[in-house]
Amino acid sequence: MKNLDHHRDTESTEEALSSSVPLWFKDSTLSFVMPLITATIGLAIWAAAVKTSGTKIFPSPIAVAKAIGTLAEKSLLWHYIADSLTRVFAGYAAAIVIGIPLGFLLGWYAPLARAINPLIQMLRPISPLAWMPLAVIWFGVSNAAPIFLIFLASLFPIIVAAMNGVRNVPPMYLQAGRNFGLSTPQLMRRVMIPAVLPRIIVGLRLAFGIAWVVLVAAEMIAVDSGLGYLIIDARNAGKHYDLVVAGMLLIGLIGLLLDTAIRKIEQWISD
Amino acid sequence: MKVQFSDVSMRFGAMEVLQRITLGAEEGEFLCIVGPSGCGKSTLLNIAGGFLAPGSGSVTIDGERVTAPDRRRIFVFQERGVFPWLTVEGNIGFGLFDVSEDERRARVAQYIELVGLKGFEKSYPRELSGGMKQRVEVARALAVNPDVLFLDEPFGALDSITRLQMRSELLRIWRAERKTVLFVTHDIEESVQLADRVVVMSARPGKIRRVVDIDIPHPRDLSSRRYIELRDLIFGEIGLAHQV
Repeated sequence: MKNLDHHRDTESTEEALSSSVPLWFKDSTLSFVMPLITATIGLAIWAAAVKTSGTKIFPSPIAVAKAIGTLAEKSLLWHYIADSLTRVFAGYAAAIVIGIPLGFLLGWYAPLARAINPLIQMLRPISPLAWMPLAVIWFGVSNAAPIFLIFLASLFPIIVAAMNGVRNVPPMYLQAGRNFGLSTPQLMRRVMIPAVLPRIIVGLRLAFGIAWVVLVAAEMIAVDSGLGYLIIDARNAGKHYDLVVAGMLLIGLIGLLLDTAIRKIEQWISD
Repeated sequence: MKVQFSDVSMRFGAMEVLQRITLGAEEGEFLCIVGPSGCGKSTLLNIAGGFLAPGSGSVTIDGERVTAPDRRRIFVFQERGVFPWLTVEGNIGFGLFDVSEDERRARVAQYIELVGLKGFEKSYPRELSGGMKQRVEVARALAVNPDVLFLDEPFGALDSITRLQMRSELLRIWRAERKTVLFVTHDIEESVQLADRVVVMSARPGKIRRVVDIDIPHPRDLSSRRYIELRDLIFGEIGLAHQV
């Protein structure tokens, strides 16, 4: 079938043309080196700004690095990171376990969605942080309060992703499934779930981003460990702004790492 | 009659889509249904496939009333019907879940060969061209050995060169497998190239205007006088002057 190859060529050409990234950039070492250069420039600007302005409050990059070093030495750093990660994963896992089946149900049974969806859409725009006073009343100053907030923060994007995913499965996939004689459970397993999976993964990544943001804020109030607590504690205990900025950087870096990890999973599943 | 539509009517709300369609297809026949878009030809095919219940009238296959989809008669969509999460092999073997692993493998290999996709067994649909995806869908349908195939504008999304190739491929496969084929298209040329008989439908509400016997043996010469005669007859029947 010579003609078949012709089409493949056309499509890969189009693919190459449609990519706006120049070819030399596709080199993986370069795509690693470029962000490093950006980071170095950023650090240099930061250091120069601190030096020329003569600020006594905002720490230099070196002061921040030292602060991280001190934290790491006291093993407080690992302790805080572990606490933050445990909380975020607990809340997130609970949201997955409840959100995905609920989203499937809502996507599958239109009447149920009509009944419940307005409630979800009303709760969704409420910042999870607005629940904080209630969470503290319900759970006290404990791990459960931030976990509950993480759960709320990630629940809605997961429900909505699963629901829209199910609704947007091309009807012909289901029609084909039924045509080949699949029962409803088989249709679920062999057609519905694989068809919805890519959308759910996108929803999961979105939810994780929100969860991470909310976690840090939650830790500023409800608990006495974790990266959020580190920031608020450093300020309260004598304005250690080097620790504040160290906490911020750590939150950003860990967020980046986790997002990259989820993206990898996403690629792996869609391949 | 293999497939028999008896007095089938259908309306969606206030809109009358099909009006008293009575039509039969014989065993092994290649029947094309043509008509302007919105004439209800796809609806007709969906009723025969068991995906829609007719408003009134009935469809029988082998004398048995159609009430639900059935794997003895498979519906082929445009190439968008292939499952993007399965390989070519996975797609073609999709309906073979109740046969032994050996038989499944043998049948998948047989139909990959028949539609000319050897070497692409492990490819995913996104790596294939439109025409190749369409072959996958046809092979997926044939693999469960149905006796009727419903094709709903299967080549509508393909470019004109690929479409022409796919038509002769489909005819080759049809001759090898001898299925009863109901093929819906809005392409008059396509219908005259493929069909034993062409059913010409009118615009909404869809009625049968005329059934035209295409008495040209295969392979058909597309510049023969008879071909042009029949083609123009159908163009005229639909109310199109065959000129641009």
